[in-house]
Amino acid sequence: MLGRTAASLFWMSRYVERAENIARLTEVGYRISLTPDTGSGHREDWKSTLVAAGCLDAFLERHPKITAANVQHFLLFDPEHPSSVRSCLETARNNGRAVRTALTREMWEAINSTWIEFSAIKPGALDGGKLPDFLDWVSQRSNLFRGALLGTLLRDEGYCFAQAGAFIERADNTARILDVKYHVLLPSHELIGGGLDSYQWETILRSVSAHRSYRHVYKDSYKPWNVAEFLILRPEMPRSLRFSYEWIDRALKGLEQSTIGGTKARQHCANVLADLQPDQMSPIFQGGLHEFLNAFIQRNNHTSALIAEEFHFQ
Amino acid sequence: MSPSTQTEPAQAFFDEMRQADGTSRPAYEAVSDWLQKQSRTTIKRKQEEADAIFRRLGITFAVYGEGGSNERLIPFDLIPRVLAAREWRALERGIEQRVKALNAFLYDIYHRQDIVRAGRIPSDMINQNEAFLPEMIGFDPPRNVYAHIIGTDIVRTGENEFFVLEDNVRTPSGVSYMLENREAMMHLFPELFSAHRVRPVEHYPDWLRQTLESVAPAACKQDPTIAVLTPGIHNSAYFEHAFLADQMGVELVQGSDLFIENGQLFMRTIEGKERVDVLYRRVDDAFLDPLTFNPSSMLGVPGLFDLYRAGGVTIVNAPGTGIADDKAIYAYVPEIIEFYTGEKPILNNVPTYRCSLPDERAYVLDNLAELVVKEVHGSGGYGMLIGPAATKKELADFHKKIEAKPHHYIAQPTLALSTCPAATQAGIAPRHVDLRPFVLLGDRIRLTPGGLTRVALKKGSLVVNSSQGGGTKDTWVLED
Repeated sequence: MLGRTAASLFWMSRYVERAENIARLTEVGYRISLTPDTGSGHREDWKSTLVAAGCLDAFLERHPKITAANVQHFLLFDPEHPSSVRSCLETARNNGRAVRTALTREMWEAINSTWIEFSAIKPGALDGGKLPDFLDWVSQRSNLFRGALLGTLLRDEGYCFAQAGAFIERADNTARILDVKYHVLLPSHELIGGGLDSYQWETILRSVSAHRSYRHVYKDSYKPWNVAEFLILRPEMPRSLRFSYEWIDRALKGLEQSTIGGTKARQHCANVLADLQPDQMSPIFQGGLHEFLNAFIQRNNHTSALIAEEFHFQ
Repeated sequence: MSPSTQTEPAQAFFDEMRQADGTSRPAYEAVSDWLQKQSRTTIKRKQEEADAIFRRLGITFAVYGEGGSNERLIPFDLIPRVLAAREWRALERGIEQRVKALNAFLYDIYHRQDIVRAGRIPSDMINQNEAFLPEMIGFDPPRNVYAHIIGTDIVRTGENEFFVLEDNVRTPSGVSYMLENREAMMHLFPELFSAHRVRPVEHYPDWLRQTLESVAPAACKQDPTIAVLTPGIHNSAYFEHAFLADQMGVELVQGSDLFIENGQLFMRTIEGKERVDVLYRRVDDAFLDPLTFNPSSMLGVPGLFDLYRAGGVTIVNAPGTGIADDKAIYAYVPEIIEFYTGEKPILNNVPTYRCSLPDERAYVLDNLAELVVKEVHGSGGYGMLIGPAATKKELADFHKKIEAKPHHYIAQPTLALSTCPAATQAGIAPRHVDLRPFVLLGDRIRLTPGGLTRVALKKGSLVVNSSQGGGTKDTWVLED
């Protein structure tokens, strides 16, 4: 397999996943901005979304003011912003197109028709409360692609690269979504653990479709320790860091069987996984959740870089 | 007569289905009967179904001049174009003769230039031609084949009158449409195939692969590894490049995937590198190798041409083949055929006026309204004038252009292109068509029965190019 083909499969998957996660992050921002009694208003809430998406600086270069409309346009439709949903879908499709023959017809149709339908949407079409429906649509299209991939793609190297890309992206995004809570300021009159605090945690869970499964697992109200554990360490939570790294580990082991490269990436992945074991919750909170997430995002980037290096992505 | 089968009044054009007395020609009888039975709604529904198939598969082409990534669907016309076995046999002989002669011509002009010595073609016509590559002089490509993949453009004007319009010997495209059109037709109208004995086209990718393998460098002792070289996803024929690589089961590469090391060509793989022996390139000569040709090219591989000349890799089609389909050389093809085969040409050449010659230029300028004028180095229907369909302003503009740069233009009489029934907005109506059969030349000659029929879907239009609103049809060659 060409190094470029592997790279395209990896990035195609990453961008489909990213489009979904940007939609999820936007939904968090939207819901938090609807929270009653926010006191200081909406500005800080959208700023936290931009920080979590890792694009506050890029946003401020283009827009002097943080407004809901500006942020939504930037995150969803801006062709100049490489991680807008629009750019993600276009990049995913271009990567897919570049390796069209490595995809199944179902995968290509999912990615192609998503782009065609997206291109037909006018930004103004989301005015008047249609934003949540649109964000849902983005998630659904990502699910369609994922279903096509799981249901039709041969389990060879291409599959391993696509899976590695998807789960590196998912781990990155879950870490960022969880970190939103760090950036959202509680108004001074609100208590930690109070109603608003709890509502914000719920929003975070809701954005990863986990607010109900949380109840099933913890049978408790939304508590920081539990939510963090759920999204970081729980192997049964399909968007947790642990779950993502188990899949990355599996993909790299798959590549070990059919190729000669990847030793460093596998070792690094094993190290990351070792720090995501069930007994790690206390050390994480002692060192600070925000600090842990930041370090994790760096290590996750390193996984991606090692894969690119060892499999000659160029 | 049902509304869907109403035909327009008889005219001066040869219709391939309908004879002058209104009856259908023998090869079209079953198709004609079938057409009578289709309601307009059925045709419309099937047309929508076909469009959906093509759009989902991403069979698109980009139109130049509208931004590189602007993708369009080439319209597909549902009604097959039918050729009788007898008609095809004549075409087959004519095409084979022409292809062999053009290859002999290429070998000759890059070696002794006997045809120039014999005074049959002026030396300047070859040696001053932009498409002539001096770098190829004295080099023997494997099996002495230069043009391995050829798409000969043919038009018909009467029962037995076929003309070759162009010999596309560089990187002809369209074969993927030939294959996908057949797929779509068999899916949409299986009953038509059971009522006919249509010669298959599906073996084309196997034949292409065999042809490419047969021209591997002599030094290649193992099974040759083939790759298809594409300029990338923004090329208008990218879909076809990917399609052919997939159908042959070989890698689709870009210049950046390739590198040369120790006298061999390699592609970068996830495990480091893999050798490439035969490169089916869909990149123009000028962009193949920045060290030998256009130094700013990012599409090629530095050192590729030297490696080719050293016998380390085979480039298909060979660099420098373009001179054989140069529009100025075209006028000499009948001479070329006689010179190298000792036979009379089987297929007609269209009479061609060279604006570089004063007498012929004067004739062209006086008769502009009756002629088709083409740029010598243009392709795809761009920069062309169709006299009878042109406005006064267009005629005046071309008059100026020809006077300014006479050697850039040739002119030909407007041919009365044959028509075939097509499904149009106004029902079934005759539309003008051409034909591009695909020939493969390696260890032997392989000609797929049929080819790509292009159809000018605009009423009265004679321009079939997809960039100018043309569509395509499935093309049937019947068994005896």
